[in-house]
Amino acid sequence: MAYVAIADRDAHAHDPHTFFLKYIWSQDHKVIAIQYSVIAIFVGLIALVLSALMRLQLGFPDTFHFVDPSQYYQFITMHGMIMVIYLLTALFLGGFGNYLIPLMCGSRDMVFPYMNMLSVWVYLLSVLVLLASFFVPGGPTGAGWTLYPPQSVLPGTPGAGWGIIMMLVSLGIFIVAFTMGGLNYVTTVLQARCKGMTLMRMPLSVWGIFMATILGLLAFPALFVSAIMMTLDGTLGTSFFMPAVSSMGADPGHDGGSPLLFQHLFWFFGHPEVYIVALPAFGIVSDLLSTHARKNIFGYRMMVWAILAIGGLSFVVWAHHMYVSGMNPYFGFFFATTTLIIAIPTAIKVYNWVLTLWKGDIHLTVPMLFAIGFIFTFVHGGLTGLFLGNVTVDLPLSDTYFVVGHFHMVMGVSPILVVFGAIYHWYPKITGRMWNVRLGKIHFWLTFLGTYAIYLPMHYLGILGVPRRYYALGDTDFLPPSVHTINAAITIAALVVAGSVVIFLYNMIVSLWKGEKAPPNPWGATTLEWQTPDTPPSHGNWGPRLPVVHRWAYDYSVPGAPEDFTPQNVPVDARYPTGTGHGEG
Amino acid sequence: MGNTAIVVALLVGVAVWFAVASRLTAKPWDNRAQAGDVGVLRSSPQRIGLWVFMAVVTSLFTLFLTAYSMRMHHSVGWCHLTIPNVLWVNTAVLLAASIALQFAANAADNGRRDFARMALFTAGALSVAFLAGQVLAWRAVGPSLYFVQGSPAIAFFYVLTIVHGLHLVGGLYVLGRSSLRFANGAELIDLRQSLSLCATYWHFLLLVWLAVFGVLLFL
Repeated sequence: MAYVAIADRDAHAHDPHTFFLKYIWSQDHKVIAIQYSVIAIFVGLIALVLSALMRLQLGFPDTFHFVDPSQYYQFITMHGMIMVIYLLTALFLGGFGNYLIPLMCGSRDMVFPYMNMLSVWVYLLSVLVLLASFFVPGGPTGAGWTLYPPQSVLPGTPGAGWGIIMMLVSLGIFIVAFTMGGLNYVTTVLQARCKGMTLMRMPLSVWGIFMATILGLLAFPALFVSAIMMTLDGTLGTSFFMPAVSSMGADPGHDGGSPLLFQHLFWFFGHPEVYIVALPAFGIVSDLLSTHARKNIFGYRMMVWAILAIGGLSFVVWAHHMYVSGMNPYFGFFFATTTLIIAIPTAIKVYNWVLTLWKGDIHLTVPMLFAIGFIFTFVHGGLTGLFLGNVTVDLPLSDTYFVVGHFHMVMGVSPILVVFGAIYHWYPKITGRMWNVRLGKIHFWLTFLGTYAIYLPMHYLGILGVPRRYYALGDTDFLPPSVHTINAAITIAALVVAGSVVIFLYNMIVSLWKGEKAPPNPWGATTLEWQTPDTPPSHGNWGPRLPVVHRWAYDYSVPGAPEDFTPQNVPVDARYPTGTGHGEG
Repeated sequence: MGNTAIVVALLVGVAVWFAVASRLTAKPWDNRAQAGDVGVLRSSPQRIGLWVFMAVVTSLFTLFLTAYSMRMHHSVGWCHLTIPNVLWVNTAVLLAASIALQFAANAADNGRRDFARMALFTAGALSVAFLAGQVLAWRAVGPSLYFVQGSPAIAFFYVLTIVHGLHLVGGLYVLGRSSLRFANGAELIDLRQSLSLCATYWHFLLLVWLAVFGVLLFL
């Protein structure tokens, strides 16, 4: 049959024989996934250090003189861009997407392995160009991660010369890398599933990654377009975005450009980007909750439909980031409405996660702790999003710490909790080793409580009117002294959370050698990646024969079954019945 | 314009829903409804990959053209581009290249090697001629940086045509590899898919060019 041929094709065509081909120029999706993940975590750690430096300045102004105002803005910009694009997008899609799609779909590899390999190397190039901007004259751009013109290319903004151009070039290269990877993920899901793996039998992790990739493929061109046009504005003196302005007493020669046009383009990419990060997290957390609660996911079909609905709606909410931009007020009404509508499928997912836990046999493993922690932080960030989605509430809160608290909760902390949970969950399969449970739990509690200690007070600061993006608040009448105390406390919490990452890294690295040998399926999971003949899976994943799927991915605690999980590749018969779909929404 | 876009989006949404509804409403826990078939699309991965790529490029050019329209309407004193006549010739050349490539793909299907060789050569030559024609158009529109800085319409013209041209260069790279295999004696049956995909891509680039040219002409 055609589909077997596709899932099985080229099984050994790129079978590596040398160290170089096996680990460096590898076309194996698992090696590429690890390469993506290592690069993303490395660059993410740089962004983490930048945020710690910013917090030192904010918590204890006039104490640390190695952070001057220009550097502060450069750190903000690089921190934001790295975390959103180069860490989260790359890790979820390049890392988890690469590792999980072929394994969960029962394929031997991605359908275009060579292009997959190119993708990770082009991604590395984009990271190197980005990091190189620290060493160019003027340093990296300090325009803020949104890179709004005209200030981003005008003198006076840090990195307005080389820095912004390096950033734009790096983004362009990243988008090329993402497109090469994204073509692989989509085509593999559509074409290379093993026999029996219908769309509606796919685990929700694959659904989330699949939909996020489609969003990325359609939304990143908006960033690409704006990057090209802004590069030309900054280098050749065109006026796509640049209006007639006087800068530092001089006329830079621009005329008639539209900064608002840039904002529309940027956020047409920027809002789907939130879901490019969120949808894989949604999918993965669904699988973690179901596996560790020993219960089928509540409302599977509705979860799939919600992913699709959120993906579609994410393209019609972008201007809720622009209520204070001066755009037509009627737009605000439209976008506030769509923003409220997108809350519906999102809320459905939250209800279903909670109902999955309801009466489940909950195992409080480390991945489960992170998954449950995600529900808390995501609900928190989602609810404050409803505040900001309404124009009249957004206007006074815009550009305050309320916004900083909101978006960090919803698309910083929440996805990162899922990343940690997912790494703990799949680490035994990826490495063949178990990690230290005690260190894992310490890491969770420090991260979970610590991030609350950071971001919950920020909402209060925002309601007080503390503005974001300020290098130092100074002494102002409208801010009570408690603001400074809170800022210092937030900084201490931030440093503790940053320190907890060291525990995580220590646990992951040391366990590679000293960890207990992992069994093939330590969590008793049903999905295909846990059913490979080898742990870690060898090249080609499945040995001589591809698996055949006979059931959905959520046959947990099925009455009459001999165990509390039945893998997807076990045929349905009297001894191994399938679930009843109990909980279908 | 806005209402039309909403209606079109709704219609597309309804059509997509009907196309996939049967798959997305299946009850995965109900094994009787699943005969074990996988339901993958009946097409090669390369063709699916190409279609996904063309969707990305469509998004890219749609956003470029939207930006063109918004920039035009947001600014005061927008000065329209004077369309150089050579663009009409270029359009005809790209159309001919697209047709020639389709002939090459058909000939490969039918096993007519000599005709396929001629059509392939013609398509490649016409595509290169199109790019050369675009260079002539750039020279006609604004021969120096002064014009690019002074007129956003000219700047857009350069950007749109260069980005389109780069996509054609990418296509020529793939076509060149197929032609090389052809010249080295590869069997036609092995080149069928490659030539067919190239033809699809050329038709797509023709459509993109017609959209770009149409916007430049009429907006």
